[in-house]
Amino acid sequence: MLAAIAWWVLAVIAIVSAIGVISARNPVHSVLFLILTFFTAAGLFVLLGAEFLAMLLVVVYVGAVAVLFLFVVMMLDVDFVELRQGFLNYAPAGGIVGVVLFIELALVGSAANTATGAPIALTPAPGPGSVTNAEAIGRVLYTDYLLLFQLAGLILFVAMIGAIVLTLRHRPGVRKQDVGVQVGRRRSEAVELKDVRPGEGIG
Amino acid sequence: MLEIGLPQYLFVSAALFTIGVVGIFVNRKNVIIILMSIELVLLSVNINLVAFSAFLRNIEGQIFAMIVLTVAAAEAAVGLAILVTYFRNRGNIAVEDINLMKG
Repeated sequence: MLAAIAWWVLAVIAIVSAIGVISARNPVHSVLFLILTFFTAAGLFVLLGAEFLAMLLVVVYVGAVAVLFLFVVMMLDVDFVELRQGFLNYAPAGGIVGVVLFIELALVGSAANTATGAPIALTPAPGPGSVTNAEAIGRVLYTDYLLLFQLAGLILFVAMIGAIVLTLRHRPGVRKQDVGVQVGRRRSEAVELKDVRPGEGIG
Repeated sequence: MLEIGLPQYLFVSAALFTIGVVGIFVNRKNVIIILMSIELVLLSVNINLVAFSAFLRNIEGQIFAMIVLTVAAAEAAVGLAILVTYFRNRGNIAVEDINLMKG
């Protein structure tokens, strides 16, 4: 009963805030709606018994990705009003495609309900053997899916290198310390002896 | 409607997926909103995976959701880096001009 009420609240908030993401005039509001969507999705994960993934969602999405979006939105000095010009032009086509897509997905979901005949009830509980959710994930992730785990790390590594390479820039005209040049300096190219005659100066 | 089962979660997931796709359609000019819509789509996929994981009593769906989370984070990082570089070179982020990037 309580879980059902929580589900309804979370589902309504998630859908409304997702609509806010795509329809807010100010992109900063969009990012804040996105954070709200992720947070409520984390709540849905808790209802499903996936506590570890819920915390991961809060940490990774709310803590890293959404803040990254917020940084970029605030860093770029863009006229966002101009970018919204075509909103109403594309709205009818997008609305038609969205309605059709949603009807199809809902049909598949309700078909999953009626195919077995019995009502599909979820029993959110820790995994078999009464281990916690995080422990159950760890037991599988570090044994059967070790290669997948390592590949995920490689994906993150490549993404990190790629982001650094893309945004690193070498500005011309900026003087930086070059230790090799400093150490490789010789007296012959740095100091010159001039024989200065009295009363004449260096010509 | 007090019993919350698999179809209810699939419903939420379908709604989020649809909203993400429609967001890509209606915000054709704003790359940042498009990236956020892609994040919404990936989130709906995650909800689907976790719902089926709980329904089938199989933890592997949550492993897959973690992989999707990884890919989503990497995609956001690289996408925003491309966006910052593009803005630095062009001064705006209009999607129509991005075909200049083909070189």
